[in-house]
Amino acid sequence: MRLEEILKTEQLNKSYENGQKVLNDITFSLKKGEVVVIIGPSGCGKSTFLRCLNMLEPVDSGAICFKDRVIDRANKEVYELRQKIGMVFQSYDLFPHLTILDNILLAPFKVQKREKSEVTKEAEELLKRVGLSDKKDVYPRQLSGGQKQRVAIVRALIMHPEILLLDEITAALDPEMVREVLQVVLELAREGMTMVIVTHEMDFARAVADRVLFMDQGVVVEEGSPKEFFNSPKTERAKQFLNMFHYEAR
Amino acid sequence: MQNLGIQILFQGNNFLRLLGGLWVSLKLAVLSMIFSICLGMLFGMVMTSTKKSVRVISRLYLESVRIMPQLVLLFLVYFGAAKHLNVNFSGGTAAVLVFTFWGTAEMGDLVRSALESIPVHQYQSGYALGLGKMGVYRYIIIPQTIRRLLPSMMNLLTRMIKTTSLVVLIGVIEVVKVGKQIIDASRYTVPDAALWVYGVIFIMYFAVCYPFSRAAALLDKKLRD
Repeated sequence: MRLEEILKTEQLNKSYENGQKVLNDITFSLKKGEVVVIIGPSGCGKSTFLRCLNMLEPVDSGAICFKDRVIDRANKEVYELRQKIGMVFQSYDLFPHLTILDNILLAPFKVQKREKSEVTKEAEELLKRVGLSDKKDVYPRQLSGGQKQRVAIVRALIMHPEILLLDEITAALDPEMVREVLQVVLELAREGMTMVIVTHEMDFARAVADRVLFMDQGVVVEEGSPKEFFNSPKTERAKQFLNMFHYEAR
Repeated sequence: MQNLGIQILFQGNNFLRLLGGLWVSLKLAVLSMIFSICLGMLFGMVMTSTKKSVRVISRLYLESVRIMPQLVLLFLVYFGAAKHLNVNFSGGTAAVLVFTFWGTAEMGDLVRSALESIPVHQYQSGYALGLGKMGVYRYIIIPQTIRRLLPSMMNLLTRMIKTTSLVVLIGVIEVVKVGKQIIDASRYTVPDAALWVYGVIFIMYFAVCYPFSRAAALLDKKLRD
């Protein structure tokens, strides 16, 4: 069975004002139900790429297609597109002036104009799923980092996105909190959620990915199944990068 | 009770007159504050503009208002406008104009720093949820900005209330001026009047400003964590 292609980019290019190239001719395609993990050294353009997929940042040239429709960033359809592409960021991006429940309900109410009782029920179920049902009336500052990120995932999920973008969601967390967040992501992957994940957690990448993209200096250097990539990387640059995660015993 | 001085407060309608004067001061301050808040919000947003020329001009405005004593501004508007532009403002109008001009600059700077202190991720997560620009400002940025602004806004208001005492000099009869009239009128009968009248004015200013300053401190503490 051929999987349906849901998101595609063609020759994306982007430079910073100082002329430094962040994205260099990136052509990428994502199929429904697929989990793609992007890894690479800091500053390689992976987070920028993710933000471009969601139209949060403009590109200099190239096209982004959602279900075979080219998306124009200047057009109103961007707002609809963003409802279909959920995103969770590295830092805790919950709204500090709203309770956990209101954080989750804001977009379904204001953007999707959904029924209050229905969304509230769904929000409570999702919170229960990530083990935070008792936290719905507290404010973000009363939660730990891991708890906040789980809420951020719920906030994205309640919009019923077709794709979820996760931008280094555990990079700012204490090690013992990383697991509780990644566990949620693994479950989502098992349920068939389409995801693009940027991460530095190699073991997690290996476990969750259907496909791994290795980026360096704005270019996709290598691409393959996690098994191929982690066991026998083809390029020298990828080997070097992966070696940084190994320590030799004395 | 021979010439204790305190009786000056209860002679005729002296106390009521002082309260009336206080009302004039408050009216000027509150009116200017309302205008300053409205215009300052706009000016604050202008100040966050990415255009360099806009930033430079707004900076110039802010700095020149800060450097110039309010008294000079009052004289400029009250006497200057009458002499050179042939516009005769009443003392009250001139005062509100000057305090608004000053308040807008100060308020704008407060709004600017409150806006700039909101992390860019707050905007991005709003957009990522499908909110439009209006929605992001209305539901996410403005509520947070106002929280951060409240304490410093209260401080500005108390400063403004105190600064209204300058308007005596352009002929507005506010609380200090009323006090002076009462003292002058009874200079020979009640020589100690000054102490009591100014004492009462002191308490009046305190009674008006303290709640604001207290509220600012409490809010600051509450919103900190």
